[in-house]
Amino acid sequence: MEMLPILRALRRNKIGALLIGLQIALTLAIVCNCLSIIQQRIGQMQQPTGLDEANIFTLSNAWVVAPDNLEARIRADLAALRSLPDAIDAQATASYPLNGGGFGWGLSLRPDQKFSTAPSTQYFVDDHGLAALGVKLVAGRWFTADEVGRTDINDSVFPATMVVTRALAKALFPAGNALGQVVYFTPRNSSRIVGIIEQAQTPWASNNGSVSGREYSSFLPLQFLNNGLYYVVRTRPGRQAQVMRAAQDKLYELTRQRVIQNVQPFATTRSNAYRIGRATSIVLATVCALLLAITAFGVLGLTAYWVTQRRQDIGMRRALGGRRVDILRYFHTENLLIAGSGCIVGIVLGLSGNAWLATSLELARMSVQYICLGALIVLAICQAAVLWPALRAASVPPALATRSL
Amino acid sequence: MLGYFLNLAIRSLRRNLVLTALMVTAVGVGIGACMTVLTTLVAMSGNPIPDKSSQLYVPLIDVWGPGSRRASAGPTADKLPDEFTYRDATAFMKARVGARQAAMYAVALNVSPPDAKPFEAQGRATFGDFFSMFDVPFRSGAPWGQREDDDRANVVVLTSKLADRVFPHSDAVGRTLSLSGHDYRVVGVIRAWTPTPRFYDAKDFGAYSDSEEFYLPFSTAIDRQIQTTGSNWCHEAPPPGWEGHLNSSCVWLQFWVELPTPAQVRNFRTFLQGYAAEQQRLGRFHWSSPTQLYDVMGWLAYQNVVPAEVRVNVLVAAGFLVVCLVNAVGLMLAKFAGCAKELALRRALGASRGDVFQQCMAETLMVGLLGGGLGLILTAVGLAGLRALLAVTSSDSATGHLVTLNAGMVLITMGVAVVVTVSCGLYPTLRASRITPGWQLKAP
Repeated sequence: MEMLPILRALRRNKIGALLIGLQIALTLAIVCNCLSIIQQRIGQMQQPTGLDEANIFTLSNAWVVAPDNLEARIRADLAALRSLPDAIDAQATASYPLNGGGFGWGLSLRPDQKFSTAPSTQYFVDDHGLAALGVKLVAGRWFTADEVGRTDINDSVFPATMVVTRALAKALFPAGNALGQVVYFTPRNSSRIVGIIEQAQTPWASNNGSVSGREYSSFLPLQFLNNGLYYVVRTRPGRQAQVMRAAQDKLYELTRQRVIQNVQPFATTRSNAYRIGRATSIVLATVCALLLAITAFGVLGLTAYWVTQRRQDIGMRRALGGRRVDILRYFHTENLLIAGSGCIVGIVLGLSGNAWLATSLELARMSVQYICLGALIVLAICQAAVLWPALRAASVPPALATRSL
Repeated sequence: MLGYFLNLAIRSLRRNLVLTALMVTAVGVGIGACMTVLTTLVAMSGNPIPDKSSQLYVPLIDVWGPGSRRASAGPTADKLPDEFTYRDATAFMKARVGARQAAMYAVALNVSPPDAKPFEAQGRATFGDFFSMFDVPFRSGAPWGQREDDDRANVVVLTSKLADRVFPHSDAVGRTLSLSGHDYRVVGVIRAWTPTPRFYDAKDFGAYSDSEEFYLPFSTAIDRQIQTTGSNWCHEAPPPGWEGHLNSSCVWLQFWVELPTPAQVRNFRTFLQGYAAEQQRLGRFHWSSPTQLYDVMGWLAYQNVVPAEVRVNVLVAAGFLVVCLVNAVGLMLAKFAGCAKELALRRALGASRGDVFQQCMAETLMVGLLGGGLGLILTAVGLAGLRALLAVTSSDSATGHLVTLNAGMVLITMGVAVVVTVSCGLYPTLRASRITPGWQLKAP
């Protein structure tokens, strides 16, 4: 296919070709960056918390007036929940993964450290915590009933033993020997790691930031005594709805002078935690789809116009012996030239735009293969868009050359 | 003459219906996407209290010292703690240096209505000055005064939503409400008040959460040992118990002061620096570091209330608009070249270049108006979609205000559509007005 006639024709229609090329370049740059952002968000949103999410529901409970025998009341509530048929176990706690609020403390390897080695969140659990949360123990052991102490919101109690997640253990002891080691909360308070959990996310689902920081969780064997706690209940598979109803009835049986709120399966907690990220992804995806559609229609429209403009030329070519398929090939090659150069500019724009986004907004970098794949897809879309006008051009009769309009 | 041009423009647009539709769609969709995102951005960056935003201030002092700062790496590395300790907040309230001031913190209490199930409500413990400082409008009753603050009175101010829920058949003022087992007398009911963003609670995305539903005196809340539902940051383990919490260096209170004149601002700055110096002299602080004073807009910028998500969306929407406009320019070129014969005929019949230019501009203007109209409809659709995605339940919340179209944005949308379309149409119009009539008429 000779390029020269095509290039000469393009020179006459410089501005139109330039505009289409520019459009394709911008579309490629924007769509690839958007898709990269969406991919990152989806990756974050799909991260498992480490809990047995399918079978857990939570509710918040507070007595209308703070009772004097708070600890006994909490124990009675837990006993009632644990006695429900189809309930595997239950836990009263101040926070849980993805619920949005909780406690944090920096852990240190030595008592004299000025700054802590790793930040971590604290989950207050009792000996039933392992079964209630459904987390997986990969080393060591969970807590026994006599290890469980008590604390309230105004006390900083540090128990003798604790359980950490694998990620936190690695951050504190990169050599991998965390089990049995002692870590310091304050220069005078320390705790020994007796167990390691596979995975447990922190309560905060941040939309940016490193993934590893979101797994720095520790479990302390302390009953958190507060008028206002979350009850986490794990049920047998498939029985969650029934247990959710039965749990509320049972708790109200004990007393009606309480406020129970947000009885929700863990799926709702997850959905609420990632609402903004999800909204952003959908907005960006919509914009990408619209962009591709608009560019495709732009290519279609401009090529159709050029076909109309060049009817005489096409008729002349056909009269001189050009076949239908030659005309088709002509227009497809012309489009390939324009779209190809547009894509090259687009790749450069996209990569530099991505570099800027990565530094200023802390987004992940996009690989070159990713954007090249995107360029191929955009090229394919442009070629598909030019098919209809090209077919129309190919059906121009040769006799047109002999007539004057 | 203008009417004639508009008439011609409408005829020309109607003749090339497909091309016109494509142009209007290109402009409309681009404007719609851009404006949807811009509405949110404008609301987030807007001034929540324009009449007073330069008179309300937040002071910050360095309660933990420079030695504490590397502990939290990243963007907070050089920042002073952005809330107050109990000691400092009460000291500032006692000093009464500003025209009005209020320390405050978020609380949650259980409401026991006279004949319904008890429920939890979010509230704020603050001083009586809060209401006059922030121009909070009252439906009935009035805020409490300094005497109630000093006496730790059991009074409460409700929002109209809560008042109507608990006392549906009468005015709540004067009635008694039981909150977590204690009775409070209702002294006032405020009208709907949703400053967007909620600047006085801007930390950690509080700027867009739902407003509180009741207010009670700070001293009463402290006396009853009501915990904060907001954040509580401690640099070291606090002493045990409630008293320990009050005497610790943990920061958990917000403090706002009203300084109407520049002289008062200077006065307060002097007091602030003097206070920090005195704490150093007393041995509580072992460092001397500068204090800071932020007004409302400065505070919102400091707290980064426009999250990165929104910035990304704005960039993408702007890029989308550019692509749509490039598309529109291409289509306009095609259109004007398509009616070259007609324009040549008119030139040959005596129209000047200026006339042709004006006529093509009239067409561009029409496309701009139509595109703006379509863009407006699409913006409304887009915002409705955003509302559904963000699960906004009531348009009264701060988030609800972010995604609602108001009159100002409507005018801006139409204006932007027309300006942008006309400037895009400049090049095609110039090219169209420069055609040589003879050439066009001769060509077959």
